[in-house]
Amino acid sequence: MITTKPRHARAILRIAACVLLLAAPARASEASADKPNPEMDRKAFQAFFFAKFPRVAKDEFGNGPYAVNEGVRKQWKEIMEFPPYEFALDDGKAEWVKPFANGKHYADCFDNKGEGVRQTYPRFIRETGQVETLEGAINRCRVENGEKPLEPMTGLMASLTAVMAESSQGKPFAITIPDDPRALNAYERGKEFFYTRKGQLGVSCASCHMSPAGERMRGDILAPALGILAAMPIYRSDWGAMGTTIRRISTCSSQTRAVPLAADDEDYRNLEYFLSYMSNGIPIVGPGTRP
Amino acid sequence: MMRKIVLAAALAIFSLPALAATQGEAEAALEAAQAAEAQALAAKAAWTPTEAALKKAGAALEAGEWDEAKAQADAALALARLSLEQASEQKTLWRNAVFR
Repeated sequence: MITTKPRHARAILRIAACVLLLAAPARASEASADKPNPEMDRKAFQAFFFAKFPRVAKDEFGNGPYAVNEGVRKQWKEIMEFPPYEFALDDGKAEWVKPFANGKHYADCFDNKGEGVRQTYPRFIRETGQVETLEGAINRCRVENGEKPLEPMTGLMASLTAVMAESSQGKPFAITIPDDPRALNAYERGKEFFYTRKGQLGVSCASCHMSPAGERMRGDILAPALGILAAMPIYRSDWGAMGTTIRRISTCSSQTRAVPLAADDEDYRNLEYFLSYMSNGIPIVGPGTRP
Repeated sequence: MMRKIVLAAALAIFSLPALAATQGEAEAALEAAQAAEAQALAAKAAWTPTEAALKKAGAALEAGEWDEAKAQADAALALARLSLEQASEQKTLWRNAVFR
């Protein structure tokens, strides 16, 4: 039988206490590293871009490649003399005031009648426990008023979001993540999507829009991830048409040779939630144009 | 000399069936590739080249081109497996890319 002398027992107890004291903070920091901290993420995310582009004003980041490359900025200024999204904007304004069959309007579905609220989307909806995009909110409005949902990537949907964006120009992104584990989880899943390498090319959103932002990929200048959604919806010359945020994200998926997800897939909505939260403080500049 | 001729003839005879795929082999290869791609789609990890190879394999099968069908199906299977492997690795690796 092993016996321990009292002097040895005290020494063992002291050593054990020291080990516990040293290990406790390490465990605490591991736990805090695992727990999502959106605000800490946002500060680090924005600090990265402010350091990378010290001469670009914070309010300019919504203009994407035109904020970080003087050559394409000059071309953009000329394009904006006759913005290619004007026709879509007119269609959207006509649709916005047209009553549904039940006599109600889109404005009846939104805070402040839909004026100047685009910067608060996407939102976390407590009732569903999911993230709702602006396009999702417009389609919910239609369905609740007895209308068919619109195709979420282009056409009339892009025109309607253009109207809502225009009325929100200059208002900084103000995405909220409520104190709800489901909202934090949605944010974290969006963050995971942003940093996860996908497709046969094995690239993530971050692979193109973080460190290489401002550089050329073939003929294009890569837009910084900061403020990347502030110009949505966009008229994209490559499409020859307008497109919503989800159309752009879906195109990105194809460009990495990944099979795009459904337009209203939860992963895409969560990605938009994460990206928009990262841009909190960056003003809305949409509708926009891109090459 | 006669031994060499016999050996060459035997090689030719035994290697011919190995080169040409049968309809059954092509169908089995396509089925395996489709199953792997279904897994990749369910995991939201599918690649567009896999879909393209599956389409080509299906078209070749319909045209009775068993060799081509099997080759495309085998390529699709390899791509589908790689896409699943990528998704599995990225479940943890993505954290290393986060800007802090």
